[in-house]
Amino acid sequence: MTIVTRRNLIKASAAALAMPYLGGRAMAADPVKVGFIYLGPIGDFGWTWAHEKGRKAMVEALGGQVEATYVENVKEDASALPVLRDLAHQGHKMIFTTSYGYMDQTIQIAKEFPDIKFEHCTGYKRADNVSTYNSRFHQGRAVLGTIAGMMTKTGTIGYLGSFKVPEVVLGINSFTLAAQAVNPKVKVKMVMIDSWFDPAKEAAATETLANLGCDVITAHTDSPATLQVCEQKGLYGFGQGADMSKFAPHAHLTAIEDIWGPYYTSRAKALLDGSWKSIDTWWGFKEGSVVISPYNPSLPKDVAAAADKIQAGWKDGSYDVFTGPVVDQSGAEKIAKGARLDDAALATMDWFVKGVEGA
Amino acid sequence: MTLDLIISALVTVVGISTPILLAATGELVVEKSGVLNLGVEGMMLIGAVTGFAVTFTTFNPYLGVLAAAAAGAASSMVFAVLVLTFGANQVATGLALAILGIGLSTLIGAGFVGIIVIPFSSIFPDFLARDPIWRLVFGHSPLVYFALFMVFATYWFLNSTRAGLVLRAVGENDASAHSIGYSVIGIRYAAIGFGGAMAGVAGSYFSMVITPMWAEQMTAGRGWIALALVVFAGWKPIRLWLGAYFFGILMTLELYAKASGFSFLPSQFWASMPYLMAIFVLAVISARERTGSEAPACLGKPFMPTD
Repeated sequence: MTIVTRRNLIKASAAALAMPYLGGRAMAADPVKVGFIYLGPIGDFGWTWAHEKGRKAMVEALGGQVEATYVENVKEDASALPVLRDLAHQGHKMIFTTSYGYMDQTIQIAKEFPDIKFEHCTGYKRADNVSTYNSRFHQGRAVLGTIAGMMTKTGTIGYLGSFKVPEVVLGINSFTLAAQAVNPKVKVKMVMIDSWFDPAKEAAATETLANLGCDVITAHTDSPATLQVCEQKGLYGFGQGADMSKFAPHAHLTAIEDIWGPYYTSRAKALLDGSWKSIDTWWGFKEGSVVISPYNPSLPKDVAAAADKIQAGWKDGSYDVFTGPVVDQSGAEKIAKGARLDDAALATMDWFVKGVEGA
Repeated sequence: MTLDLIISALVTVVGISTPILLAATGELVVEKSGVLNLGVEGMMLIGAVTGFAVTFTTFNPYLGVLAAAAAGAASSMVFAVLVLTFGANQVATGLALAILGIGLSTLIGAGFVGIIVIPFSSIFPDFLARDPIWRLVFGHSPLVYFALFMVFATYWFLNSTRAGLVLRAVGENDASAHSIGYSVIGIRYAAIGFGGAMAGVAGSYFSMVITPMWAEQMTAGRGWIALALVVFAGWKPIRLWLGAYFFGILMTLELYAKASGFSFLPSQFWASMPYLMAIFVLAVISARERTGSEAPACLGKPFMPTD
């Protein structure tokens, strides 16, 4: 398995071998090498695809100043270590590790290679040469929740999750609170499928949620499988990570798009001009890293207006879905009346709000 | 309502089980002939991308399935030449085929990412295919009936035909079969080709029925489950059929249990259920049949005719 996932590395090393024969012209203009490791295939049309789009945007924005390699299908276990080491040995000056499960591996390799800068996506462990970055997807989830709450007829909404990690939990809670705000009786049925990318299981889980009475189903997994099942069954769904409307022209109400390009460009620039520092970045609607796709033309005007209002609220800071009072599944108060959660509480959230059912 | 829910759940079970059943039926015949082909996952992916590409280009799902079968068989021939003609190690070659299939399907599929085809669903009229009850019988893709037909046809072939007997003989004792004049290599080529074709069709079930699109590695490891299922079924087609549906029921139960909030068990436990059950059943089988293994005696051993 590793041989294939590392085929781009092999290509890259072949290119590196060929370098001396290409002549030593323009040494000063040699591009700085930036590496990326991806969880899924770049053709997943979701999470990894969005990072790949960001990588391309960075290369385009910085012209010949950077050269970016990527390795796809890197598992979130010890097998990420040799991949990272290989990238480091090949002379990459900055490496983006684009999934939560690479957190400890990133820290370990960063210790071994103190001169290389690392950027870990969605984690919380930092070091002198490790920055973390994330996107406030939960802001987008609140928009989807608002739409779902207004569009459901059965009052039961399905939510397909991957793993119980803070990022997913945050999304479910944000979605549910926003749906309850427009439709107090709404229930959210949740299924975790223990995988980020498994179209057959995603499809089966979507069928299950539909059979249990859900008429709007959203997914926090990486393929358009959920949308395709919704399309076949005449239900509604949302795209994840990218505009997936061509997979489901009727079912696709809108999507959360992940825009990483501006962040990658800013970090590569910082590396080039020497201003790189270990930081924690968490951008959202305001900075343009979370974008809502164009609404489905069939979306009623009042629903679209309500969704627009949430987006505007996030942008000007007047809205926060996690404004108390909020209680968890057991009824215990988690956010006091009028209070908001700080970023640390958001980043480590491990409880579900009242109204979320399932496991 | 409850009956409706049960029928809906069974429809999901059939959907989950069918690709595993298709691939495992092919692999069962391959192993019965004495060859272990671990490349099922790769052949499935090649079938998936080919079936999708041909369906997208010709608008004809039947041509798509045929092309998937042909592509699966063609990729299996790479394996066959290496292990049969050149006597290469079957395990290593099979793993190489799996890896080749993953890479090759990605390459072929690069131009087909992000497009969809019309799902290859039921060919029965809507009043049957969409009837709340009868959809359990008529509401499936033609590939579901094909899978059932093939598993019973394989049972009949292996147990009731002369050709099936010869194939089993080749798998149990290649030297004897060779000495009485059967072409061990020829029969194994045919078996491997059949296994490849079935894996190809299994792959097309992902890209044409479950989610009518192409995505890299969309089979997500089902090829390995199919391999396990052949062992689990003790190389017997009927047990294979029951085993595939049993796997499907476990996976579906997991999803229903989670959605209904059976949170007294952690989600990871449900996810590991099929594998725990497989280990359990294997343990029971091997404890009961201490007398001898059910595996074909020549499984995995290379055969080089010396005449």
